[in-house]
Amino acid sequence: MTVKTMFLDPSRCIGCRACEAACRECDSHKGESMIMIDFAERGWSVATQPTLCMHCEDPVAPCAQVCPALAILITPDGVVQQADPSRCIGCANCVYACPFGVPKFDVEARLMKKCNLCYDRTSQDLKPWCASACPTQAIWYGDYEEFVNERQGNAVNVTNFGTQRVRTKVYHVLPNGTARLDVAALLAESEGGAETTGAREEAWVL
Amino acid sequence: MTINKDFFDPERSINYDLQTSGRSPEAWTDAARAAERFVPTHCSFCGVQCAMYLRVKDGQVIGVEPRNYPHSRGSLCPKGVVAYQQANHPDRLRYPMVRRNGTLVRASWDEALSFVVGRWQAIQAEHGKDAVAIYSGSSMTNEKCYLMGKFARVALGTRYIDYNGRLCMSSAAGAYEKAFGLDRAAIPMPDIPLADVILVVGSNVAECFPVAMQWIWRARDRGARIIVVDPRETPIARTADLWLPIRPGGDVALLNAILKILIDDGMVDEKYVRERTNGWDDVRAAAGQFSLEETERITGIPVHRILAAARLYGSARTSLIMHARGIEHSSHGVDNCLACINLALARGQVGKPGGGTMMLTGQGNGQGGREMGQKAAQLPGYRHIDDPDARRYIAGVWGIPEPELPGAGVSAPDMVRLMANGTIKSCLVMCSNLMVSLPDNAVVERALDNLDPLVVVDFFMSETAERADVVLPSAVWCEDEGTTTNLEGRVVRINQAAEPPGEARRDWEIACDLARRLGRGEFFTFQSAREIWDELRVATKGGIADYSGITYEKIDAQDGVFWPCASEDSEGTPRLFTERFAHADGRARMIPVTYRPPAETPGGDFPFYLTTGRVVYQYLSGNQTRRLAFLNSQAPDPWVEIHPTAAGRLGIPNEDVVRVRTPRGAMELRALVTPTIRPDTLFIPFHYGHRQAVNQLTNAAVDPMVRIPEFKCCAATIEKLGAPSAAASKGATENLTAANAPAIFPYQVAPPAARPVEERTAH
Repeated sequence: MTVKTMFLDPSRCIGCRACEAACRECDSHKGESMIMIDFAERGWSVATQPTLCMHCEDPVAPCAQVCPALAILITPDGVVQQADPSRCIGCANCVYACPFGVPKFDVEARLMKKCNLCYDRTSQDLKPWCASACPTQAIWYGDYEEFVNERQGNAVNVTNFGTQRVRTKVYHVLPNGTARLDVAALLAESEGGAETTGAREEAWVL
Repeated sequence: MTINKDFFDPERSINYDLQTSGRSPEAWTDAARAAERFVPTHCSFCGVQCAMYLRVKDGQVIGVEPRNYPHSRGSLCPKGVVAYQQANHPDRLRYPMVRRNGTLVRASWDEALSFVVGRWQAIQAEHGKDAVAIYSGSSMTNEKCYLMGKFARVALGTRYIDYNGRLCMSSAAGAYEKAFGLDRAAIPMPDIPLADVILVVGSNVAECFPVAMQWIWRARDRGARIIVVDPRETPIARTADLWLPIRPGGDVALLNAILKILIDDGMVDEKYVRERTNGWDDVRAAAGQFSLEETERITGIPVHRILAAARLYGSARTSLIMHARGIEHSSHGVDNCLACINLALARGQVGKPGGGTMMLTGQGNGQGGREMGQKAAQLPGYRHIDDPDARRYIAGVWGIPEPELPGAGVSAPDMVRLMANGTIKSCLVMCSNLMVSLPDNAVVERALDNLDPLVVVDFFMSETAERADVVLPSAVWCEDEGTTTNLEGRVVRINQAAEPPGEARRDWEIACDLARRLGRGEFFTFQSAREIWDELRVATKGGIADYSGITYEKIDAQDGVFWPCASEDSEGTPRLFTERFAHADGRARMIPVTYRPPAETPGGDFPFYLTTGRVVYQYLSGNQTRRLAFLNSQAPDPWVEIHPTAAGRLGIPNEDVVRVRTPRGAMELRALVTPTIRPDTLFIPFHYGHRQAVNQLTNAAVDPMVRIPEFKCCAATIEKLGAPSAAASKGATENLTAANAPAIFPYQVAPPAARPVEERTAH
């Protein structure tokens, strides 16, 4: 059986936040958005990137592992659910445990909140709201084979943090030729300062 | 998109939107009810017309669901997702209002309409029929657009009607009419991925037509190259193969230079040019106006990038040029579009699947709205009002004697001048917000205040309605049915999901009631939008934009029908010009264009170019989207983009409040310091009203042919707030001619006698 999941491709993202607006329409958390769009650095570029729960598979759901109240449950098909409000004790452990900074602690509600991959829709074979709305298919829902057939870019579901690695249900799409996603290496590269001086490779405007 | 929420709210600590923006928790709880009905329809906003379902419960619109459709494939941009929230919005106008002792107060429909009709009859008796005007719009259904054209000519008998499409893409319309004999994009959006090179000229596709982006990205997945010409690094320019950061107003110079390179490198499709076009020799001669070095000087683009663009474009088997307001909002907008068309014709691309030129029409019904006869010189079906056959036919359909049909009026900016000088005494504004949308709005304000009465039909209190003597509440899109024609020329169907709130009425009901009170009720007996549609089909029959074979049922069955569709058994025409063009001889016209500078260029105390544009969260004058909290919270105020080198020179830090000044006015707003704009150019979005309207600053110069204002280029300066505001500063270079001088009163160059603009009819 093919497994449908999400693919996030920042090269297609235009930062329109249709996903944020659409997420608020989801019946399981009306009015609240569990996805966000970030500018990489607006003082430099219009590049944007969607962030949503990656649904970690190995190690399985660090957020769930550290939950003292067993409030974060995982479905048999690997979807990490939002904390069950009847169990969540508001300790925010999950917020600190997540390698991607996804779960958010709603101070007013004293509850953890995050994406559950539109379980009401995906269980009915519909796309999650954000993937359905996304005007550019920067957020794309489908199976890996279909993705490879239709799309450019290298889909990876392993994120490296230096010596740590996390395999996730959700894929990041890297540019063709970029084999792996290593956050620590990217951080080191940006701290090298090559791109932060504002220098371009050529005169771009006269 | 090009702005981050943090810019407006630096204290914001949480990235997720947990009910912080917008509606109350109660509204969301209400919205969480299970829908009893899903009404298929399309979005109320831009020209893409994405499909959606509205969720309806107890007669109320409570939400939205994705709806698959050939061109939008279930996608929605953020405007589309929240569009439904207009239906029950607390700001909706629910009853008519009349100005008494300076304030708008509640009135009954009978009072309001009697007052309007009484005034109109008195004005027309004293000053003639033409003293009352209609200023209409394109963000409404074909049925309403058609009805407004008929209302002006039959109910009021005035020649003065024009519409806001004049400010939108009228220069593209003019160019396509000239070159192809027909004004419509030639291919449907799903053809875009067939292109090998896409040249985007003056279109921020990602922000203005987000859902169209998927077709461009699909082309890129197939290996297509993308070239973007824009003064700003827009989201599409960011990942384009080649970005040409052009100086505002330099488009013709660039496009002609590219054509010259195609000629010199032997990349012209001589066979196509010979067999399918007229005028190539003149165009070839005009292409050599400037050397590459001169082009570099005018456009500010390095020569090697121009060469690279020309060779990329010229060597593609299938190439598509997409263009929009960036080149159309110009005092030589028609020339800009013709220069694009010349390139595509020289490469033999027009009429090829995935090739040619594609204008991206902006308004929801920007395409249909310009075919239905609400343009100054036009009758339904894209007929010309000066054509005797067209006059006879339409007079016959309307049941009036042909001589009663008025002649051509003037363009929207020219109408404003006639309001200011007292020729037009009263105006009905429907579906337009002149105080935000027209350039140099201090003049617009004087013109509107000169009207007695100014009548505004709208569903939210707009900046224009605030100045009105009578405000009539109307329906939003989902409270009425009808059709719109999207930017591909695809006619789609809008369905009714709810009733208008309070006493609000559908726009066509208001027009029909006014007509009855004017004693012309026999011509306006419509009981439903469908009855208007049936008359519209007859009226367009035999015209260039022929809708006669399109029925509501066919639209549903076929997922939209492309005009022309001249008979019930025709499926419509998705692809145009495959065999022949619409001119009588079947050939396209190649029309030589030469570079002229913008009507105002930097100089003296105004060293910067100022250009205006959109942000994805807002639509047109913002009267709708500024009220939808999710959208407005993303970009609640205008800002000015400035390059770090310019900002550094002037000592302007990021997020500082600055003053931007042009020869016409000044405004204060926050600066976004970013290298995604040319160092000699400033950018301000135009969706905001009052002291936040960039049209306090813009130049009212117009294109000589279609009278579209030059929103995209004027001279400006930017200064820190502490700096003294030198009111008498001057030095901006005026490149005004009689032909492009501002249509809006007062004249800024030659005396009126030298420029008989009254006699000029709009195209």
